[in-house]
Amino acid sequence: MKHFDVVVIGGGHAGTEAAHVSARMGASTALVTMKVSGIGVMSCNPAIGGLGKGHLVREIDAMDGIMGRVADVSGIQFRLLNRRKGPAVQGPRTQSDRAVYQETMLKMMQTTQNLTIVEGEVVDLFMKGDVVSGVCLADGSEISAEAVILTTGTFLRGTIHIGDKSYSGGRMGDDASVPLADRIDGFGLPTGRLKTGTPPRLDSRTINWDGLDRQEADDDPSLFSFLSSTAPLRQISCGITHTNSRTHDIIRENLDRSAMYGGHIEGVGPRYCPSIEDKIVRFADKESHQVFLEPEGLNDHTIYPNGISTSLPAEIQVDYVQSMTGLEQAKILQPGYAIEYDYVDPRALNADLSVRDVPGLFLAGQINGTTGYEEAAAQGLVAGLNAVRRVKGVEPVHFRRDQSYIGVMIDDLTTRGVAEPYRMFTSRAEFRLSLRADNADQRLTEFGRDLGCVSDRRMSSYARKNEQLTSMRDLLSETEFTPKQIAAQGIRINQDGTKRTPFQVLAFPNVTFEQLAGLVPDILEFPQPIQEQVARDALYANYIARQQKDVERLRKDELLKIPVGFDYTAISGLSAELQSKLERVQPADLAQAARIDGMTPAALALVLGRIRFLEKMSA
Amino acid sequence: MDTIFALATAQGRAGVAVIRISGPEAKSCAEQLCGSLPGARQAVVRILRDDVGETLDQALILVFDTPASFTGEDVVEFHLHGSIAIISAVLRELGKCNARMAEPGEFTRRALENNKMDLAQVEGLGDLIEAETEAQRQQALRTVSGELGQRIETWRSQLIRAAALIEVTIDFADEEVPVDVTPEVQSLLSAVEKDISNQLNGFSAAERIRTGFEVAIVGAPNAGKSTLLNALARRDAAITSEVAGTTRDIIEVRMDLGGLPVTLLDTAGLRDSGDEIEAEGIARAISRASAAQLRIFLAEPGEHLSVPVSKGDIVLAPKADQRNDDVPAISGLTGHGVDELVSSVTATLSERARNAGLLTHERHRAAMTKALSTLSSASALVGVGPEHYDIAAEEMRVAIRSLEAVVGRVDVENLLDEIFSSFCLGK
Repeated sequence: MKHFDVVVIGGGHAGTEAAHVSARMGASTALVTMKVSGIGVMSCNPAIGGLGKGHLVREIDAMDGIMGRVADVSGIQFRLLNRRKGPAVQGPRTQSDRAVYQETMLKMMQTTQNLTIVEGEVVDLFMKGDVVSGVCLADGSEISAEAVILTTGTFLRGTIHIGDKSYSGGRMGDDASVPLADRIDGFGLPTGRLKTGTPPRLDSRTINWDGLDRQEADDDPSLFSFLSSTAPLRQISCGITHTNSRTHDIIRENLDRSAMYGGHIEGVGPRYCPSIEDKIVRFADKESHQVFLEPEGLNDHTIYPNGISTSLPAEIQVDYVQSMTGLEQAKILQPGYAIEYDYVDPRALNADLSVRDVPGLFLAGQINGTTGYEEAAAQGLVAGLNAVRRVKGVEPVHFRRDQSYIGVMIDDLTTRGVAEPYRMFTSRAEFRLSLRADNADQRLTEFGRDLGCVSDRRMSSYARKNEQLTSMRDLLSETEFTPKQIAAQGIRINQDGTKRTPFQVLAFPNVTFEQLAGLVPDILEFPQPIQEQVARDALYANYIARQQKDVERLRKDELLKIPVGFDYTAISGLSAELQSKLERVQPADLAQAARIDGMTPAALALVLGRIRFLEKMSA
Repeated sequence: MDTIFALATAQGRAGVAVIRISGPEAKSCAEQLCGSLPGARQAVVRILRDDVGETLDQALILVFDTPASFTGEDVVEFHLHGSIAIISAVLRELGKCNARMAEPGEFTRRALENNKMDLAQVEGLGDLIEAETEAQRQQALRTVSGELGQRIETWRSQLIRAAALIEVTIDFADEEVPVDVTPEVQSLLSAVEKDISNQLNGFSAAERIRTGFEVAIVGAPNAGKSTLLNALARRDAAITSEVAGTTRDIIEVRMDLGGLPVTLLDTAGLRDSGDEIEAEGIARAISRASAAQLRIFLAEPGEHLSVPVSKGDIVLAPKADQRNDDVPAISGLTGHGVDELVSSVTATLSERARNAGLLTHERHRAAMTKALSTLSSASALVGVGPEHYDIAAEEMRVAIRSLEAVVGRVDVENLLDEIFSSFCLGK
């Protein structure tokens, strides 16, 4: 029997990131996938990043992960979203060339040391007592491992719906993995059902592009990786068309034939990504909806019409697509479909993404109820890191909410569970002003280095940048100047007698480095990206200082650990509802308990009282 | 969850005493004493017996089913004859059931836990039980009814709407959402700001109704202040004598004036004194009288006292019984002008009490003041345009959290709910 330290099942965005970090940390790693050609496939919209999502990719990159680098190599339409809003909420995004993304990812995996790709179907997990200790493949072979990471996406009891037709399967053309689902059932993990939809894919040669609005790429692309300097591929624009009253009529008349409205689907879909049927029913007074026509690659005729995902029968899809301007002759290459799948309630997981009751097993990606490549990859990173730590017999590593979007997501999932496919938003991060895309490396690269997942090359490039940032900030904070001295540089300031450092002055509107150079001439020596980042730090400095108090309170509560196997039924005065929620989540500390939905200060006081009581008893 | 029981009425002899039992075993415990129970909310009379069948009392029994009860749990009430012996016998008998004596405040805590009341309502309940005057009763009842909680819920939903508008432009920037939401956000913010600042203006009056208005009698030594206090209090609360400087400590008398709780303060006569103890008394008199809500000055026309006269204060000449001029004057000795003074003080305080808002505790005031200051800065930031929406959102988050602190807590899912129900998203 072959043996690896870590086995990763699945070659999607969670699986690749998990396998790569595991191998990067020196663990012998196997990635088992049904088809090698399926590694790095973008099964939905070929785009990476966006708001909240772009932050996740930067964070993965700061830990030396791969998603950002592959996205930079394959990006064909880089746009920085929210360019005109505060830097804390700006998010990089790009359209990707689907084929280039996949090739690049595959090559990257194939050339990674310590990583073996195994083509085959995992039909079962291999158990040693209660502990997962390997996988069984369809060909009868077995691979033993210290830790197994399951990243099987929608493959668990996936059902595809097109109109009133439905069949079992994961992505189009793939088989759903039923035996593995039985094993998961055997663990008795809580599961739920979700759904998601895709639009029909169109042939770009049959679209009349004349007269359609265009959305261009940025002139100056904002890349994902801190190591990338250029976007190698040609940049393209997307077309924009709109639905109209005829489109809406066609859809309305055929609603009963939609899988979603015909009662064939029970799963819960995401509210932020509704099907076109949903949009027309729920926002009936809206006369038109935007549809982005996104090319899937430079040498690919496939167009992804973003905004019209559907589960109507194929012939109705032709009718409504062709009712839109520019699409009168459009040919559908592949009809849109809805997919329903099982997910595991992530409250059954620890914060390292290991399954609480099944030692040796980690879950990452869509199987945990999330949606999106970036969310999946970030979980892959966390699971991969922690699988290696399990192998090495060291403590799991937790990502904190005040440290990263990754931490926000993991905590949301494991503490609050999901009610719909979970997607990252910047509004989920209460420490948003300090968790910026531009400072992901400041937050995570050294952390990653200490964990052993950051290469020397990245570390030295980070160290150079960090040194410049520090010395520029120090220079600006060294000396205080009077309002009179500051005003002499042409800066508008209250003559209130308060002395200020140039760093504080930088937070004022419309202050330039040229003006500040009158006070501290050396600052002009620093490269522009360093200047820009220091300016962003200055802008938020006051708010971050205020939030620091919240962070401290959080840390204090995090130190109040709740012992494993804590008996919530022994607490009198705790409502039955909160008791069962606490039992389900099994919070690790008081801070996590406080974030459970519906938690009250009175109940927390009771939990704290019980912890103190137990401490006293054991002392 | 334990089942708990306790005497709900005051300790001691009374016509009726009520014992309340709450929790999952409330009904089975009660049945052990009284046999069968009536349906919910039906009153029946039953004989209560101990475990050997001896009669304890004849009682009126009431049953409330979960969740429609004070605590939200199953509740049984025994209305007993209010004898100390009966109460202790019944409590002892209940102790043999699957239940325990409640800790102080435990019924209310369960009501809070089961969302039957919010934190402000619990505070109001405490005030209601403490209420001595009509105005206190009315004010506490308003709080118990949940009016503050409802008001906060309104502000909170307005602020969540405002925050959702900002967040939708941030998190869904590449979708069909309004780009500039400044006007709607600002109108929401200013509506809430105005309401909160009105409530803050009414805080001091409300707090006074809860804790009492202080009315200080101020004047030169031997002006008859203590005599007036005794006349107002209708008893000999303060020592009076012909010797100037008799009163040194501040004498306090609690009174009910037109339903308002009032503390009358008799203070040391104001003069320069070489006596160390008297000088200290005078210093205290000045500071306490200045801080009082109303002052009654006993002063000759043109006389200067070291406590300033504020708006609404009453100035009267002393010793009306000994003077012949037509200056408005009062005499505690003869009672001349005392009734008029009482009605004048009552009228002034009642006028002020009319401004009382829903904020009754310092905790409320502190939270609202913080909310107000973050809201005005949010409003200013939003005015600059989308460029500072992220910081404005942070200010709003703090404001919402301050409001929530009065009753409960905020949740990002509320924000997303608002966003998803208002905008068609998903390009």
